[in-house]
Amino acid sequence: MPLTQEEIKGLTKKAWEIRRAIVETTFTCGGSHIGGSLSQTDVLVALYYKYLNIDPARPEWEDRDRFILSKGHGGIGWATVLGDKGYFDKALLKNFNKTGSPFSMHLDSLKVKGCDASTGSLGHGLAIAVGLALGARLKKKDFRTFCVMGDGELCEGTVWEAAILAGHHKLDNLTAFIDRNNLMIDGLTEQITTLEPIDGKFKAFGWETLVIDGHDFAAIGQAIEKAQAIKGKPTVIICKTIKGKCVDLMEGQAQWHYGGLNSDLRDQALACIDKHYSEVLG
Amino acid sequence: MAEGMTWSVTDGDKLTQAEVYGEVLTQLGDKYPEIVALTADLASSTKIGRFGKKYPQRFINVGIAETTMFGMAAGLALAGLKPVVSTFAAFASLRCAEQVRTDICYQNLDVKIIATHAGISFGQAGSTHHCTEDIAVMRSFANMTVIVPSDGMETGNAVAAAIEWPGPVYIRIGRGFEPPVNKTPDYGYEIGKAITMCEGKDVTIIACGVGVLQAVRAAEVLGRQGLSARVINMHTIKPIDRDAIIQAVKDTRRIITVEDHNIMGGLGSAVAEVIVESGKACAFRKLGVPDCYAIVGYPEDLYHFYKFDADGIIETVSELMRLEIEEDEDWEDEA
Repeated sequence: MPLTQEEIKGLTKKAWEIRRAIVETTFTCGGSHIGGSLSQTDVLVALYYKYLNIDPARPEWEDRDRFILSKGHGGIGWATVLGDKGYFDKALLKNFNKTGSPFSMHLDSLKVKGCDASTGSLGHGLAIAVGLALGARLKKKDFRTFCVMGDGELCEGTVWEAAILAGHHKLDNLTAFIDRNNLMIDGLTEQITTLEPIDGKFKAFGWETLVIDGHDFAAIGQAIEKAQAIKGKPTVIICKTIKGKCVDLMEGQAQWHYGGLNSDLRDQALACIDKHYSEVLG
Repeated sequence: MAEGMTWSVTDGDKLTQAEVYGEVLTQLGDKYPEIVALTADLASSTKIGRFGKKYPQRFINVGIAETTMFGMAAGLALAGLKPVVSTFAAFASLRCAEQVRTDICYQNLDVKIIATHAGISFGQAGSTHHCTEDIAVMRSFANMTVIVPSDGMETGNAVAAAIEWPGPVYIRIGRGFEPPVNKTPDYGYEIGKAITMCEGKDVTIIACGVGVLQAVRAAEVLGRQGLSARVINMHTIKPIDRDAIIQAVKDTRRIITVEDHNIMGGLGSAVAEVIVESGKACAFRKLGVPDCYAIVGYPEDLYHFYKFDADGIIETVSELMRLEIEEDEDWEDEA
């Protein structure tokens, strides 16, 4: 069932909160992968606040849906969502990056409740997700596995090994997302190494492919629902996004892959986010 | 099946380590329904395919995609299964080092790796298929247990023990047939507990893998020459049996390590670390592949060439026996 206007409004408000929290934590922690955390936010919000079958009170629940953030550097964005969902006291995020903190830039599954797999080295997540999806089948479980990859990590050969296997095993319980913000650390993906046609590549490997606006909740919802209905093959949802989304000074800027904020920049960023959502929500 | 054993193999002394492994894993499949076996186009070479014949639903051949296989194993373990992964040691430890370390060991997942064709046991294949680095690599990964069984029967014991052992385990075995050193499998194998193959007071030979048989043979010859050599089968490199090493230093003051691995980073290094930290001095030599890419040849010729066969061990013992070892009356005082 498509998302209702009310649901979209609720998710939009949640994305507003999450983006603000990412900025606040980036300010306190000294620096974060803020650009990619802001680009992935709407997909994570749609999954965690609408589609994932999870129970934050039971993070080890065997039948829960699994979420793998293959672009592990989006950890600050993911931890913000997990804290907000109640996997842990979100006040703990003030310790992000700090000595002895459970929260590193790339989340550790043994330290952060709700983190289904430790990631950070690019090109690893999809293989883990394929293992989980095959594991669900072997254990006759209905849980679904969702995996969010960055577009830059598509350069990694292991992504394509895993993509071949997901297609071969017809893993219709696996949905991958590409956070297609067109940027990697050193610049535009297509200038550094051509990735397109991304959808054509996955299609050739036996996947259903959907290309959407990754900041449009109606489109994200529709794509996830379509992916869940497709039988006999995995689905990849290529989400066209903007690195640094909602913060003017960061939008589309490769240098905001990673960065710190002083209080002036924090205030500017929060003002941008507030302005954006005030306009969207009217 | 002997009492207390979870497996039995007919003519185990005539089989390769891999053949015993394939058979034992298949037998364990009944008792452990959560075992799922993975390989990368090496079902027959590693013998993991035997499990697949009996349990096709629990067997995944990923094709030639080793790195993804280890990532998938992590995912399967996260789903509550017990993945057993087999490929050649060179691929498991080098090509897939990051997946093993980051996806499996970092998350302390219940994945068992049985790597075949280790050391220079596939000597004819050339250095792409030799693996004289895997012990060094694997023992540097936190949470990893590293086992080098001495023969087929010990391989059976190690595999059965590893399935029960928590967390990731790396078992490295050879390629072809090597004569057995254990007469029966029911000798009380325990992960982390070294086995004294024979007692001795003049020198101790600490060996793993194919080195154990060579050490036992050397000790027999040395015995006829009037030298008493202790042989320790250090099948578990990590966690290493520190007590057995320190006792040997104390009792014999001469230690030789023997392994089919680079002398840097493997058993010899692990033993040396224990000795140095104990503060107790001894004469010490490491036998193995001397930090080079091995020449091509049949394994037994290469063991001889690199002097970690019985002849080489005897030669090294003779050299150590010529050294003056200072008697130390104040042993217990040393830190």
